[in-house]
Amino acid sequence: MRRALVLLALLSFAAGESAAQDLRVGAGERFTTIGAAVAAARPGATIRVAAGTYREPTIDIRVPRLTLIGEGRPLLDAEGARELLTIRADDVTVRGFAFANTGVTHMQDRAALRVVEVARCVVDDNHFIAALFAIYLQRADGCLVRGNDIRGAGGGESSNGNGVHLWHSPNTRVERNRITGQRDGIYFEFSKGAVATDNVSEENARYGLHFMFSDSCRYERNTFVRNRAGVAVMYSKGIEMRDNAFLEAQGSAAYALLLKEITDGVLIGNRFVGSSTGLYLEGASRLQIADNEFRANGWAVRLMADALDNHFTGNQFVGNAFDVATNSRTVRSTFDANYWDGYRGYDLDRDGRGDVPFHPVRFFALVVEKHPEALLLLRSPVLLVLDAAERVFPVLTPSLADASPRMRPQP
Amino acid sequence: MNAVALVLRAGVRDLARNRWLLAYGIGLATVAELLFVFGGAGNQVVLSLLNATLLLVPLVALVFGTMHVYASREFIELLLAQPLPRPAVFTGLYLGLALPLAAAFLLGVGVPLALHGAASDVPVGALVALAFSGALLTATFAALAMAVALGTDDRLKGMSLSLGAWFLLTIGYDGGVLAIVSLFGDWPLDKAMLTLMLGNPVDVARVLVLTSLDAAALLGYTGALFRRALGGISGPALAVVALSLWCALPVFLARRRFLRRDF
Repeated sequence: MRRALVLLALLSFAAGESAAQDLRVGAGERFTTIGAAVAAARPGATIRVAAGTYREPTIDIRVPRLTLIGEGRPLLDAEGARELLTIRADDVTVRGFAFANTGVTHMQDRAALRVVEVARCVVDDNHFIAALFAIYLQRADGCLVRGNDIRGAGGGESSNGNGVHLWHSPNTRVERNRITGQRDGIYFEFSKGAVATDNVSEENARYGLHFMFSDSCRYERNTFVRNRAGVAVMYSKGIEMRDNAFLEAQGSAAYALLLKEITDGVLIGNRFVGSSTGLYLEGASRLQIADNEFRANGWAVRLMADALDNHFTGNQFVGNAFDVATNSRTVRSTFDANYWDGYRGYDLDRDGRGDVPFHPVRFFALVVEKHPEALLLLRSPVLLVLDAAERVFPVLTPSLADASPRMRPQP
Repeated sequence: MNAVALVLRAGVRDLARNRWLLAYGIGLATVAELLFVFGGAGNQVVLSLLNATLLLVPLVALVFGTMHVYASREFIELLLAQPLPRPAVFTGLYLGLALPLAAAFLLGVGVPLALHGAASDVPVGALVALAFSGALLTATFAALAMAVALGTDDRLKGMSLSLGAWFLLTIGYDGGVLAIVSLFGDWPLDKAMLTLMLGNPVDVARVLVLTSLDAAALLGYTGALFRRALGGISGPALAVVALSLWCALPVFLARRRFLRRDF
């Protein structure tokens, strides 16, 4: 009998726990504000919010395993005065909302959605409109930020915040988000092992992706277009960047991809098109740079003297004003089996590789690196003469050479 | 019919049957056609055509023009024996040389463009700039050729002077600019460079075409400077004025020689 009672008690407890609490918010529902529903929620509850506009104080989630679902994309309006939602418990999911109008402040990094010291949160399919910071993760671990549409107010660098901001948030996955009009589209700082895939970061006031002190991160199939300063990846080890597109970063200080103090990374299968500078390497070393396409850039690659032991292979250089520029006569990176549209060599043994080396740094590129004004002579016939002279007596240009350039671009 | 039109018509009729001019037009058309078919996309075609234009147009205008003036010596003397005013004879002769040359250039570049232009992604503004600068370069160097040929009766000397002028303006001048940049690179040179570019018609033409391509936006700070000084509306206007002045100078020189010369 006593055993039966204990069993019954256990069963009922389990049933109570498993019958997930389902709370509804909306006009005519039990709760009219999301904050009230969150306050009443037990761990594991699901809160469904009906369509409409909600103006209420910052919602603070402190209950774990909560799922917050917007039905018909309810709008949370901050009225230019506050943050909208803070997640302070593990395993919380937020899906299907629109967050708007946090206003601009210089007193704090005001974020529409802030995640503080939690694990495994999911921020999925939300819209962010005119938020200073849209999604701000601080000391979060293993979160997923997916399919959000973030449109900043479009302010300049000093009156704007980042789209997806990670600070000390390792193992975060940032997937399929669309970010425009923010300061930095995606910002990673001190976030080890984070992954960004299939995002589109477009026309942000500073960088499409800005990335500091975050080792072992991976970027795949992202698209960065017309960001004011391009993309900057700095002070990190073991970065993997594959199949991204870096497009149309134009301006005097714009780099489609700026790599500064990066070591032991791979850069494979990316496209660099239509930028002032495609790839800028400063203090970057031991990088594997393979199978990328550099097309119609001002400078395809700028290699500073402190970039060591990088290996370029299988890349394609087509229609760039300058293929490779450097500020030094000794270059400590190697080039092998790339395709250069400026190559004029021959291939007698028909193995698909040119029989004479290609020197991608033109004498003119060296002059321009030293004296930028000389750029006014671009395409001058005198440069044809200099180029011809260089091919015959390659004494002027740095030792850098591709010993076996490809005769044809790879398909 | 007035005297200018009379002389012009005779000159054009003469040159329309000229095999060298025909070869020039067909050669240009072949190069342009090949570039459109094999030369890659968009900007690449314009940039390749630009290099061909900058080198070929002055060379052909100078060499052909010099030869033509020497060859027409008897015709000129015959004309001057007629009751025609000398200035009108000069204008007719000059236009009779420059217009067929410019027409050969424009047809050589224009026909392939008309065949492919609409279908390809070649920037139209840049091609207009290219055609315009090519035509004005033709007019400039044709006048220079006349000035040279009217200045000396020695054909060898005249031809050497023409080739020298071609080399100086297409290659030597920019080589000098490059040397200046290397020597005085420690001083701010941006304004000086812009001025130097205006000092040579070939450079003006090149810069005009380059700024009409969006390629200038790709060239960082200097590209931006370049664009601000020579882009927009005032830039092309400045380039057009500079090119026209450059055209007027040798025309004036040749005209003066023609009027003062004792044939």
